Amino acid sequence: MRALDTLGMSVQAIARNKLRSFLTTLGIIIGVASVVAMVHLGQSATRSVTEQIASIGSNLLFVMPGSAQRGPGGVRTSAENFELADAEAISNEVDGILVAPALNTSATVVIGNVNDTVPITGTTNEYFAVRNHHLDYGRVFEANELSSGAAVCIIGKTLIEEMYLGQEPLGSTIRVGRTACRVIGVLEEKGESMGQDRDKAILMPVKAVQRRLVGELDVGAIYVSALVDGTTGMVQAQIESLLRQRRSASIGAADDFYVRDTQDIAQALESTTNTLTVLLGAIAAVSLLVGGIGIMNIMLVSVTERTREIGIRLAIGAQARDVLTQFLVESIALSTLGGIIGLVLGVGGTWLVTWRLDMPFVVSPAVMAVGFTFSVAIGVIFGYFPARKAAMLNPIDALRHE
Amino acid sequence: MNDQSSSGLLETTQAPAVVEMRDIYKIYGSGTTEVRALDGVSLTIRAGEFVAIMGPSGSGKSTCMNILGCLDVPSSGEYWFRGVEVGGLDRDELALLRRNFMGFVFQSFNLLPRVSALGNVELPLIYEGVRPTRRHQLAMQALTNVGLAERVHATSAQLSGGQQQRVAIARALVTEPPVLLADEPTGNLDTVMAGEIMKELVSIREQRGITILMVTHEPEIARYADRILFFTDGKLVRDGAPAEVIP
Repeated sequence: MRALDTLGMSVQAIARNKLRSFLTTLGIIIGVASVVAMVHLGQSATRSVTEQIASIGSNLLFVMPGSAQRGPGGVRTSAENFELADAEAISNEVDGILVAPALNTSATVVIGNVNDTVPITGTTNEYFAVRNHHLDYGRVFEANELSSGAAVCIIGKTLIEEMYLGQEPLGSTIRVGRTACRVIGVLEEKGESMGQDRDKAILMPVKAVQRRLVGELDVGAIYVSALVDGTTGMVQAQIESLLRQRRSASIGAADDFYVRDTQDIAQALESTTNTLTVLLGAIAAVSLLVGGIGIMNIMLVSVTERTREIGIRLAIGAQARDVLTQFLVESIALSTLGGIIGLVLGVGGTWLVTWRLDMPFVVSPAVMAVGFTFSVAIGVIFGYFPARKAAMLNPIDALRHE
Repeated sequence: MNDQSSSGLLETTQAPAVVEMRDIYKIYGSGTTEVRALDGVSLTIRAGEFVAIMGPSGSGKSTCMNILGCLDVPSSGEYWFRGVEVGGLDRDELALLRRNFMGFVFQSFNLLPRVSALGNVELPLIYEGVRPTRRHQLAMQALTNVGLAERVHATSAQLSGGQQQRVAIARALVTEPPVLLADEPTGNLDTVMAGEIMKELVSIREQRGITILMVTHEPEIARYADRILFFTDGKLVRDGAPAEVIP
C-alpha cells in the first residue's frame, strides 16, 4: 500500500466527520495553545523584567542606610543617613565607578493653576548616567548651581503632559514646595517601571533639596554604577569596607547600611518568573495529556463504529498493518492538525496579552517546536491502542458486526 | 475417501484442484455446549467450476464458505488452496491470499458507505499498491463490465440494491482473481434483480473461466451452478449436478 493512499484515506475519514474531528482535536488545540501561550508569556514576563531592570541602569548598585533585612522600601531606621561626604569618599576611593547621591522626597508642585504631589530627587549630574535616564532637551546643572544649591529643576514628561497644558516648560518658573524653581531641562520618557511612573519626577541639585525642601544635610541613598561589566561584586565589596570604616562599625556588628545590586534583583525576579513559567507550562501540559486521551476515546469509538468497514477492508485483502497504519495516521493527522491550530492560537493569544499588557512580544521557535512535536507524539501514543484494536479484529466478526 | 475416488475419475477431463478440504471440523464452545458447525467435511473443487453450496440455516454452509474464503480458520483438518496448506498461514498471509486470489461478494453488498462506486472498486487495488491513474483505469473498466459506466460517482445510498451488488462484483473482479466467493449474492434482491445478477455471474464465468463458489438457500438460484454441495448439520450430505441434488 502506498503511503500517499494511506494519508488520503485518513484525510477522507477526517473530512467525512468534520464536527467530530474538530471536537476531537479541540483538546489538543487547547493543550498546545495553552502550553505555547503560557511558556511564551512567561518568557515575555522575564524579558519585561530584564528590560525594566536595564532601564533602571545597568551595573547599578543602591547604597542605602539601614539593615538589609528590612528590604529596599521604607527603610527609616535609627541608622544614620549618609552625607554628601560619603558619596564623595566612595567616588574618590573606588575606581571605575560613577557615583550619584540621591535625596528623595516629595513636594507639592504648582504649575500655573495645577498642583500635584511629585517625587523630588536631589542629586548631581552623575545621576543621568548612573540611572540611565538622560535629558531629552534643555541643559544639565551647572557647577555653581550644584555648589550653591540653586533653585533650578529638570522635570519629567508626565508633568508637561498633565500640568503644563501645552505651555513651553523650558525657562518657566514652577513652585516646588515653597520655592520658586526655574525649569532648565526635560528628562527623556521612561514609561512605567515596577508600577511607578518614572516620568513623574523632578530633579534638583542635591543641596537645593537639602536646604530648601528637607532642611537636613544628609542624603537618603547613594547610586553607584560600575563602568565595567561584571565588576559590581568587587565594587560592592570595596564600598562596604569603606563605609564600615567611615561609619566606624564595630567588628562583628551588623552593618547599618546595605548595598543592593540590580543584577541580584533582576536574577531574583527572573528566577521567580522562570519558576512560574515552568509551573504554568506544566499545568498546560496536563491539558495536552487530557487532549490525547480525548483523541484515544474518539478513535476507540470510531473503530467500534467502523468495525464493519474494517471487516470489508480485511476481506478484500488489507493486512493488519494496513489497517493499523490507516487508523494511526488518522489519529496523528488529527493531533497534528490540532497542534498547528493550537500553535497559531497560542502565539495569537500571546500577542494579544502582551499587546494589552504592554509587554515585549516574544516568539520562541524552540517552544513552538516542542509544542508541535508533543502534539504529533500524542497522536502516535494515544492513537496506537485504538489502531491496534482495529488491526487485530477478526474479519468474520468484523463483517458480521451491526 | 469417496471424494478422492470420484475426483480421480474426473482428473482426466477436468482442471487441477483449486480447493481441497480434508476432514475439516469447526467446533464452537466445548463440553455440553459444543456446537459442530462443520463436522468432518472433505471436498474438492476444480478450476473453472461453478459450485453452489446449499443447506438449511445452521447447516454449516456459511461456516464452510468463510473457511473456503480464508476469513475463518478450521478447528482441525486440512485445507489446501491452490496447493497451499492454509492452516499453516498467519493472519497477514491469509490476507495476501484473499487479496491475490479471491474476490468476495456478500449478501448485504458490504460497500463502504459514503464512498463512490469508483472508490469502492479501487479499494482492493489500493491495497495492492497500484498507482492512482492505473487504478482509476482498471476500476472504470470493471464498472463498465458490469454495466455501471454511468454511475461510477454514485455512493451506495444513491444506487439500487442490484446496482450495489454489481459494484460489489466489479470490486471482487477488479484484481482478476481466479476464485470468486459469493455469500447469498441475491439474498437482498427481488427475483428480477436476482436473475440479472445470476446471469452476470454466469457470463463472467464463461468469459474468464473463473471458479465461482456461491452460498445460497434458494433452489432457483442454485440451478445456475453446475454443481451443488448440500450441507445438513455440519456434514456434506449431497454433492452433484443440480438435477441430481435438487429434486
